[in-house]
Amino acid sequence: METSLQAYANIAGQDVVDHLHQLAERLRGARVVHVNSTRMGGGVAEILNKMVPFMKELGIEASWETITGDGDFFRTTKSFHNAMQGDQVEIDGIRLKHYQEVNAHNAETLAPVLENADLVFIHDPQPAPLISSFPRRTGKWIWRCHIDVSQPFRPVWKYLRTFAGAYDASIFSLSTFAQPLPHPIYLIPPSIDPLHEKNAEMSKKEIESICKQYAIDQNRPLIVQISRFDRFKDPLGVIRTYRLAKKSVPALQLVLAGGTADDDPEGELVLEEVREAAAGDTDIHVLALPGDAHRTINALQRAADIVLQKSIKEGFGLTVTEAMWKCKPVVGGDTGGIRIQVMNHHTGFLASTPEGAALRIRYLLYHQDKLKEMGAKARRFVRDNFLITRHLREYLTLMLALLHGVEERIELS
Amino acid sequence: MPANRKQNEPFAIKDCALIAIATGQRAYNLRDLRDNLLTVHPGAIYYHFWGGLLRPRFDDPEYSNDFAAWVAHSLHDKKLAERLSLIDPTEANNLEDLRQEIIQVVEERMDESEVLFSAKREERFDFIRSQIIIFDTHQLVAKPKDFKRILPGLSVGSIFYHYIDARRRTPEAISDFQYWLEGFGRTYRVLIDRIKAIDPYFRTLTELRAELAALFADYFS
Repeated sequence: METSLQAYANIAGQDVVDHLHQLAERLRGARVVHVNSTRMGGGVAEILNKMVPFMKELGIEASWETITGDGDFFRTTKSFHNAMQGDQVEIDGIRLKHYQEVNAHNAETLAPVLENADLVFIHDPQPAPLISSFPRRTGKWIWRCHIDVSQPFRPVWKYLRTFAGAYDASIFSLSTFAQPLPHPIYLIPPSIDPLHEKNAEMSKKEIESICKQYAIDQNRPLIVQISRFDRFKDPLGVIRTYRLAKKSVPALQLVLAGGTADDDPEGELVLEEVREAAAGDTDIHVLALPGDAHRTINALQRAADIVLQKSIKEGFGLTVTEAMWKCKPVVGGDTGGIRIQVMNHHTGFLASTPEGAALRIRYLLYHQDKLKEMGAKARRFVRDNFLITRHLREYLTLMLALLHGVEERIELS
Repeated sequence: MPANRKQNEPFAIKDCALIAIATGQRAYNLRDLRDNLLTVHPGAIYYHFWGGLLRPRFDDPEYSNDFAAWVAHSLHDKKLAERLSLIDPTEANNLEDLRQEIIQVVEERMDESEVLFSAKREERFDFIRSQIIIFDTHQLVAKPKDFKRILPGLSVGSIFYHYIDARRRTPEAISDFQYWLEGFGRTYRVLIDRIKAIDPYFRTLTELRAELAALFADYFS
């Protein structure tokens, strides 16, 4: 059942919801299309699942389209993803040609929707070349990049930039992620939906039941990392962290839980590596969850004493935001968006090594009062900065600014 | 638009939010910082001095603006950080004057230093500017004493708009509260002077709100 925007007034504040209505008044009837590559799995789909219905509720004619592609296409775009995050991945001309052909084919299918849209949001590299198929477009096209492109593999970025540069504006989550482009670059961090199944309140009974299902002992300390099985999330580093921490906390348990996204072909390989590394230790629970296991993820985060996000490279890190919303301090990798969420001694700790992470885990488990205090602060921090209402406000602001050519001030009164 | 001077016009309370835009300009060392300061959009000067008030943060900042914080944490130049921190934007007539003052402080330090340190790649300074969105709260204040009741409940966005942003809008670069109260002639001269004496630069918006609320409460008690 879809949740109305008004339901967020109790969480974010009535003034926040009023602001959204004020912004939307100027956008009533605007035709807005979001395009990405999957409806299931990954943070982008999660955000759009809410953002699009909200826009509709506010009187905007919003819709969400996905492009289709074969295995080769998604292997290429996964290579793009890795290359944009710094992997030196060569992508040959045949693959690039196929990538562009798939996009051209999708452009034909989506033409009726995209040609006359007032605003088109293209998410990440998968559909980026779509813009090339609409030279006579009249609307504004925005490229939304959710990836950390601070240190890309240059030949790949040079190629992708030929498409990104054609847009009217782009959005990156942080300034450090952005690359220079010949148009305004908006900085809009992503967000969580506090009323989504993954984040909504849960009964103790339900949490217990899920822990029991996975043989997790709630009477013993528990650390959890919830992420796609992806090398950039460093799941093997998490296992090492756990083993180091367990020397001081023998009762410690670890859960590594995640799913795979439809557009991520490497996931299965990484999962196998993790299972191999964890083999023989009954206190490590490696859980491959389906894409819609929201209640399970919610329960695991709530059952945890500490949540880890020991990423080597990270876009924003919404799993961090989720954990903080549930009053959990986070021990996170010193990278990407984790840095603007995890503040040492306030909402958790940043760690650059398994040793550093293990040290912080040990500290927090020993100082339970500090652990609780940091958890409470973490939740307040998310409420004030990383809820979907803020995210929506910034999207609406960008839309207004682009449609009306505003430079500095947007007066709604 | 500034709050109206006319006595019989109520004070319309607004709220605001900022949205950040990367300028594409970045600095790795003092020379980069100076060179970019010469040309960067004035909105970036504003953002890096005032925008921090509305951004996610916890404590009182160790340094009072983004330039000082970056110089301290990424270039490890505590001397320059302290000097930059002491620049009070409320004393500058406009953003261009403020820009020149920052450049002067940076250049003086460059003259003192034989070696230019560079920040690590991931610790570079990104110049950001902002757009401001102004919302209507539909709240009107008819009489100055009504602020005693209303002020404690104002959002930090409202405080930012009426106390900080107002300096860019009002002819005398003063807060909207002062501007509106002046419309009553000399009646609230004492209150105006007390508001004027508040130093906004070294406070969080929450503290500023509390101080204004206390001021009005005391005046109208």
